[in-house]
Order: sequence, then C-alpha cells, then structure tokens
Amino acid sequence: MSAAATTSLPAAAPTTVPALRASRAPLWLILPALMLFTGVVLVPLAMTVLLSFHDWGQYKGIEPVLILKNWQEIATDPYYAEMFGRTLRIALITTAATALLGAPEAYILNRMSGRWRGIFLLLILGPLLISVVARTLGWALLFGGSNGLANKLLMSLGVISSPLPFLFTETGVVVALVHVMMPFMVLSVWAALQRLDPQVEHAAMSLGAGPVTILRRIVLPQIMPGVLSGAIIVFSLSASAFATPAIIGGRRLKVAATLAYDEFLNTLNWPLGAAVAVLLLVGLVLIVVGANALVERRYAEVSP
Amino acid sequence: MDIELVSLTKRYGDTVAVDGINLKIRSGSYCCLLGPSGCGKTTTLQMIAGFLTPSRGTIRLEGRDLTQVHPSKRGLGIVFQSYALFPHMTAAENVAFGLEMQRVGKAERTERVRAALAMVGLAAYEDRHPRRMSGGQQQRVALARALVIRPSVLLLDEPLSNLDAKLREEMQIELRQIQRNLGTTTILVTHDQGEALSLSDRIVVMSKGRIEQIGTPQDTYERPASAFVAQFLGKTNDFSARVEGAAPARIVVGGWSAPAPVGVRGPVTVSVRPERIGFAQDGLPARVAARIFQGNHWLFQCETECGPAIVVRPNDGLPQPGEGEAVRLAWRQDDMSIRDGSLSAGAAA
Repeated sequence: MSAAATTSLPAAAPTTVPALRASRAPLWLILPALMLFTGVVLVPLAMTVLLSFHDWGQYKGIEPVLILKNWQEIATDPYYAEMFGRTLRIALITTAATALLGAPEAYILNRMSGRWRGIFLLLILGPLLISVVARTLGWALLFGGSNGLANKLLMSLGVISSPLPFLFTETGVVVALVHVMMPFMVLSVWAALQRLDPQVEHAAMSLGAGPVTILRRIVLPQIMPGVLSGAIIVFSLSASAFATPAIIGGRRLKVAATLAYDEFLNTLNWPLGAAVAVLLLVGLVLIVVGANALVERRYAEVSP
Repeated sequence: MDIELVSLTKRYGDTVAVDGINLKIRSGSYCCLLGPSGCGKTTTLQMIAGFLTPSRGTIRLEGRDLTQVHPSKRGLGIVFQSYALFPHMTAAENVAFGLEMQRVGKAERTERVRAALAMVGLAAYEDRHPRRMSGGQQQRVALARALVIRPSVLLLDEPLSNLDAKLREEMQIELRQIQRNLGTTTILVTHDQGEALSLSDRIVVMSKGRIEQIGTPQDTYERPASAFVAQFLGKTNDFSARVEGAAPARIVVGGWSAPAPVGVRGPVTVSVRPERIGFAQDGLPARVAARIFQGNHWLFQCETECGPAIVVRPNDGLPQPGEGEAVRLAWRQDDMSIRDGSLSAGAAA
C-alpha cells in the first residue's frame, strides 16, 4: 500500500509540465486560422474603412488624405438615399416572401413520409448546387423582354398583350432573390420543426383545438425562432447580394452591392465605393445583431 | 362515464397490434392496461383518444359511438408520457388552453385554472414556463391541464415512467387521491406492475394484442389466469407435479401432496407465490442455496426435485434456516394454482 503511494508521487510530478503545455495548445492551434482571418478579413476591412476617407479625382486618382468628402456625398445626394432605400426594400420584401412561402413549405415537408421527404428535400436544396448566376440567367431567359420563353408563350396564348416587365424591375429582382434564398429559410424552419414534440399537437387536439388553432397557437410560436433566424440569414444575404441584382437589375436598378462594384471597377472611384461598402456592412451588422438580440430575448422560453 | 370497447382491432399490414379486444370500464373506476412493451396497450389508448383509427370494432362512451368522432370533439383528458406541455406558454396558460377552446369566460377560466393548479400543489408556479420546471412539476401541470376541462374520461399514458422512484411513489398516491376525489373514469397505461397493483380498481393484463386477464389487483395477483399473467405480475414458483391415484386423486409435488380437484389429470404445473410458501415439518424437500437479507424480509433461493423455488419470509425476529440447510416447503392448497402442460411451456410464456 505504502509502496504504491511512494511510486505514484514521482509519477505525478512530470505530468504537470505536459499539462501546462496542453493548456497553451489551443492557442497554438487557433493561430493559423487567426492569421488567415487577420490577413484576409481584418486587414482588408480596416484598409477599406481607411480608403473611404481618402480623396479621389478624375485626373489625380486616389489621394491618401483623411477627409469626409465621400461620406458627405452619400449623406447629401438623394441618389444614395434612394439606392440604400431600394436595397433595404428588396431585402425586406424578399425576407417576408421567403418566410411566408418557406415556413409552410417546411411544415409540409416535415409531415411527409420518409421517401417523399427525401425527394422533396432534394428538390428544395437542389438549387443550391447550381451557381447563382446560372439560376438568375434562367429567369432572364424566361422573362427577358419579348424574347423571353415564358413571355412568348403567354403572348401566343393571348394571356398578355405585351411582355411582362421583369428585367430591370424591383419585382424581378425580388422574385429571383426569393428563388435563390428559399433553401436557407426552409432549412432553418425545418430545424425548428425537428425539435417539436409530435405529441404536443395531439395534446392540443385532445383539449379541443382545431387544425387552424393548433397551427396558430401551438406550432407557429414554437417555430418562430427558426423563422426569425432564417429571416436574419435571408435578409443579410439579400441585402448584400450581388449576382442577382446585377443580372436582373442591371445598371438601371442599382443596389448597394452593385453600386460599390461599379464605383470600384467602372468609375474607378475606390474611396466612394469603399464608403458605400462600409455603410452597407455597418447597417447590416447593426440590423442582424439587433434582430438576433430581440429573438433571443423574446423566445428564451421556447429555444432549448 | 362508462366506456366500452367492442372487438377493437388495429392492424398494420400483416401485423396485428390489437386483436379484437372487448372491455367495459365502469363509470368512475380506475382501470389499468398492463403489459410489456409491444402488447398493444398504448395502441389501444391511442384509439380511444382518436389519434389512431381502429381497423375494426367500436369505442362507446355512455353508449355513444366515438369511433367517428374527431379527437378534438371527444372531450377526453390525456396525460402523455412526454407530458407534451406547450413550451411557449406558462403553467397557467397551459392549463387555460383547454378552457379557452371551450370558450369559457375569462373570470371563470382564471378561477378554474387557479383551482386546478392548487389541486396539484402548484399554486405558486402559475407564471413558470415548463422548461424552468422539474419533471415532477411538469407532470403535475400536464395532469392539471387534462383535468381542468372536466373530461369524461382521463387517459394516462405511462405518466410516471419519466420520474425517479421516490417521486413516482408520491405521485402514485397523489394521482389515486385526486382520481378518488373527482371520480373521473381513468384509464392508465403502464408496464410497471407495481403501479398497476397499487393504483387501479381493475387491471387488464395484455399480451400480444390480446387481453390475458381482467380483474381486481388482488384477484389478478392471486389467481392468475395464465402462465403469462403469473410471471408478469410479481414473482412465482412453478413446480412440475403429478396426479396420482383415482377417486380420490391426489396432486403430488415431491413430498407435498393434496387432494386434486376433480378433472385434473396427467403431469401438471403448479404455481405458488414466494410469500405463500413456508418452512414446515412435512412437505417438499429442499436445500437452501442462498439466503438474502432484504430488511423487512428474507429471501431464500432453494433447490428442490421439482425445480428451483424462491421463498420470501417476513423478518419477524425468529431464527431462519441458514445456507446449505435442508428444509421442507409447504403451502396451503388455496395458495396454489394448477396449470396443464409441461413446466418448460409455462416458463417460456
């Protein structure tokens, strides 16, 4: 007994050194990722913020000074207010549309039997496997003026007399964005539905609730956190979307992302483009963080 | 209210989950469906609740056919195994939900919710959400929610199986008291024989979709109708026995014998509960293989020529036989049930 105790003492001493080393190991392990994050996110971000305070002229190019010219221009020129307003409006309508269509879709999906659920889940996720550009060009092919396939068909059937306006309209951008964003909403709501105790609906039924009441009073409040987190994802992706507004909206219907792109690559006014990009980022972060805090406080009892 | 099941059947493809059961439950009684998992007891309850449609047969409540009535219109109170509380509502809101569905006025609703929560001892927890409550408290909310609508029948689906042993015992007593006070016809589904014995007026033992026996707890325990019931409800000793002689024939278990009932012949199996066997001067010779002290009683594992035997004796302070000692086992003739067939068949069931 005593022999075992004495032999265990020296054995215990060396273990403290590896233990100390082990406690520092996580720091070393995150270092590569941290360096990558700093190198490709933080530094360029700081440079973009700095860039937004620089001056620019048609002939003198970028001048590394610190002035508020770009910010003043954005604040005073109503063009920017209209453009940011349009970005916000498109993102909000897209979010509302995906929620209204996606939540019932997820509910129906969740009630399907195994095999059908697999097929329809694939159908919903399928679009994610195709490039956004290809999907958006598909809409352009269908509704692109009088040459669009769907427009031609509808006109030859006599349903409409002139092609449906789709390209370069806000409606067109919203429709295409809803199509692109739908999987994110469906998956988010579906995850919330998976946590639902199936007996809860039976319990409500036994207490005399009809199907509509069960949906409204029992199911919906419980999947609301899923709908709202889906909405946060869809909103931030839609507000910063580039490919879809670029193809459907084109030059005529600019949103923040396409405007920043044009300032950088066409006008070559990098500082102004940087200011637009920074404003979009700050606005999005504020909205998303605020909405998230609201969701967490409001639905603390529902989410486990 | 009286509830009656008439040749109730549920089939899933080729498998029969519930096989034409007939059962009549008297108003105000506490009936227990008891059986191992897969015996069809939960399926039966789900059919009564209306969540499953029977393949055949009818369910009658006070003579009225319930089979075609939608579950939301049956007016039954159900306590689920998982409690199935609404997690986004407080305890009071959970209980109030059924009253809201019945369009009970706000003042009366508040009053009845308060009374229901007080009845289950949760008066102080009105504004608590289920996630912030313990399992026992959630269970009480579920019970209050089911009872507040004054259901014609209360259905309990393994309501205590998620509680720890001590709490389960407390809740058993409480459940029984509440049921007695309200006089609500209650159907309890459980696989726990202790729960069934201590709670119910009548036990319905089920196996493989059929009813094995219906009776009071005492009846079912003391006069099991089949080997299955004897094995499932408590412990029992099966001895292989002979019937010797004719008019008067005697049933012989090793050194123990008694007059055989008329008509019994051939090799039979006799079944005796461990607590009904005593040590005596005459009887079945046995050897004590192990003696286990269990506080208020002793448990003896014995070996006999007719098979192993378990004997339970109260710890009455008198000297008890020790391990390895030769003893003789005896029991009263009334304490024994006789079954035909070999011992192996009885043990397999």
